[in-house]
Amino acid sequence: MAKATFRIWRGDAEEAQFVDYETEVSEGMVVLDAVHRIQAEQANDLAVRWNCKAGKCGSCSAEVNGNPKLLCMTRLNDLPLDQPVTVEPMRAFPIIKDLVTDVSWNFKVKEKMKPFTPRPPDAEDGTWRMEQEDIDHIQEFRKCIECFLCQDVCHVLREHDLHDEFIGPRFFVYAASLEMHPIDTENRLEELKNEDGIGYCNITKCCTKVCPEHITITDNAIIPLKERVVDQFYDPIKKLFRVFKS
Amino acid sequence: MASYETFEYDVLIIGAGGAGLRAAIEAATGDLKVGLVCKSLLGKAHTVMAEGGVAAALANVDERDSWRAHFADTMKGGQYLSNARMAELHAKESPDRVRELEAWGALFDRTQDGSILQRNFGGHQYPRLAHVGDRTGLEMIRALQDHGIHQGIEVHMENTIVSLLKTGDRVSGAFGYEREKGRFKIFSAKSVVLATGGVGKAYKITSNSWEYTGDGHSLAYHAGAELIDMEFVQFHPTGMVWPPSVRGILVTEGVRGEGGILKNSEGNRFMFDDIPELYVNQTADNPEEGWLYTQGDRDARRPPELLTRDHIARCIVREVQEGRGSPHGGVFLDIAWIKEKIPNAAEHIRRKLPSMYHQFKELADIDITEEPMEVGPTTHYIMGGIRVDADSQMTCVPGLFAAGECAAGLHGANRLGGNSLSDLLVFGKRAGEYAAQFALENGDIALEEGAIDEIVQHVLKPFDNPEDGDNPYEIQAQLQEKMQELVGIARSQENLTQALEEIQSLREKADNVHAIGNREYNAGWHTALDLDCLLTVSEAIALAALERRASIGAHSRDDYPEKEEADVGKYNTILQKADDGTMVIRREPVPELTEESQQIIEEMG
Repeated sequence: MAKATFRIWRGDAEEAQFVDYETEVSEGMVVLDAVHRIQAEQANDLAVRWNCKAGKCGSCSAEVNGNPKLLCMTRLNDLPLDQPVTVEPMRAFPIIKDLVTDVSWNFKVKEKMKPFTPRPPDAEDGTWRMEQEDIDHIQEFRKCIECFLCQDVCHVLREHDLHDEFIGPRFFVYAASLEMHPIDTENRLEELKNEDGIGYCNITKCCTKVCPEHITITDNAIIPLKERVVDQFYDPIKKLFRVFKS
Repeated sequence: MASYETFEYDVLIIGAGGAGLRAAIEAATGDLKVGLVCKSLLGKAHTVMAEGGVAAALANVDERDSWRAHFADTMKGGQYLSNARMAELHAKESPDRVRELEAWGALFDRTQDGSILQRNFGGHQYPRLAHVGDRTGLEMIRALQDHGIHQGIEVHMENTIVSLLKTGDRVSGAFGYEREKGRFKIFSAKSVVLATGGVGKAYKITSNSWEYTGDGHSLAYHAGAELIDMEFVQFHPTGMVWPPSVRGILVTEGVRGEGGILKNSEGNRFMFDDIPELYVNQTADNPEEGWLYTQGDRDARRPPELLTRDHIARCIVREVQEGRGSPHGGVFLDIAWIKEKIPNAAEHIRRKLPSMYHQFKELADIDITEEPMEVGPTTHYIMGGIRVDADSQMTCVPGLFAAGECAAGLHGANRLGGNSLSDLLVFGKRAGEYAAQFALENGDIALEEGAIDEIVQHVLKPFDNPEDGDNPYEIQAQLQEKMQELVGIARSQENLTQALEEIQSLREKADNVHAIGNREYNAGWHTALDLDCLLTVSEAIALAALERRASIGAHSRDDYPEKEEADVGKYNTILQKADDGTMVIRREPVPELTEESQQIIEEMG
């Protein structure tokens, strides 16, 4: 059986470095399989998050050869195995240990956002009527598995560390799924403009490129939200209208 | 004395999949303080993997559907070993539980008139599964999560419970550790709900993740609760078989619901060769009729690929054993063939089964719109579990409740696809409601701190064991091999007896496993601690399987091919921990059906 070397980030916030592990690789293996084999045979205390191993839960996010990836969906035969495969934690979040980062900030961001608020039901049995074509585009947003790879790659968070002023692509997708929900009645545009910092996004589309669910984050979620913000707050006619109204 | 942090709750929920989240939401509707502990991050629990749909007799697609039909289908699918009261509550309440999710933001696929679309699934007479493509579980858990985070529930993510705490007979809390630093936590609570899911990690080939180590089953058992019908483990007929690293990953039944067919290496649709008597009248006798059924023809009968999971899994094993399997030891599941029937088939498949398309494309280099998949059985679900009262979900331990996969009663000897997501909602809600009521009615309970030192000592033992002690992963792998080999789909007295001996010897080894490193996010240590639960549930499964000398539902005994011993009739197997610490088993007759239930079953047959 062939062997390959995995250069894995080991350590915690205080002290960490890459450690090389050589292990056997076979047909069809993904990076998570190799990490698991190393964990079982050579490094029992190696920390890595994972659950479904099928790209559905978004737990095993990390950086493979510098690229944000789900470890369970990154196949070894797509990587050059003649050199070490580097596996390191997401860099936009504080490290806990080895490949595991502290992603709790994401959960706090979501909690602060205005929840889904439906209009009164359309039918007497308490249900609503919605056309499939009206929900297709929101169903795209709801495919999100909350792997936070889009957050990891976003330079506003990764390089500029603006976690207090900017909610990141994941939560623009979440906001879009609520704002465009056919029965939601809430308005989140003011928060998007102010606290959520949608203006910081300069649509470089890095998030869209790394999304394992292939959600067109920038084009379908962020840009339409930016347009709505512009319409509400900067449209001269609407502005005038508001002046008269008040 | 070890140091730990203490948290006080009215209701403590252990597990944050569909059942745990739904229970927490319900318990938090009053002014009660609710704590929710989960082993992973919020929203990552196994519910997220559920694909096909949630079963509820909404009758949106076929107005002939009703709770009565759903009840009858569930009882029949469970070979009449289900708790009839649970099956009734489930069938009656699941439509409301599904509608409620829409009020919390879930977006199911729609019918032409804009209501919730429903699809066909094995064992359901009518199109009954509300769904979102093939990612229904994700939609459900996200709707529950996004609603739940605004209900004032305190969430402890990446925390594992290692023991329940009791004061006298009553449950009074739980002891656990948080993953990040390995610090200990004590949760005191007036009532506790277990919603920890299943036991799949006891087997080598499974669709379950690392979390599925039977924690709730084991916690309840050691606290004095009963386990029921543990021999019934569902081997889902269609898991991936190739490449080796993805073996066991689920291929949704939805593929067959959309017209997918099973074929052996000779190109034969072998499911037509063996249709159980119970289902002959409801099953198509030719391929064209089966196809029409999947396309919504109300006069057509279902194709044999939509028979119950236990039966299909056995047929696949037979094909492989008799030399008609696929190259990697499975059979072929073909959805690409529908291009003979409909235009734009490839696009249709990608739209209806997007995550299956994605999964095979990325993990196996297979385009399912062009080629057949290779599939074989994978350990998927356990029908057996913690015995609970049908209405309240309380166990025989006062204040201890259970819901979802770790609880038992609804599914009998075999679970119908789609009935687990509805189970989570219906009984998650009930557990939360009754646990809250129990907390209100029974008031404070003091912790007995004496027991805690002993638990701490046990939890730290892997670090103290000699360095030449076994590797915890090695013991886990050995257990999985043995369970797969000896307690799998086809069982016998000889194998099961051997399995119990192997489990005993692994238990001794497990007691001496060594954990390297320190307590911070240490996967080896966690694996060592999970072994306790895995060994407990493995023993329970093997012991119950040995006790039931018959083949029924998901439990097949090669040495007893008949459905039941003629003179014994129908019974449930009950396991409990004896005073001397051993696991004891007894049988109890299945309660007689009420006249009304009997009548419904006959009518809906």
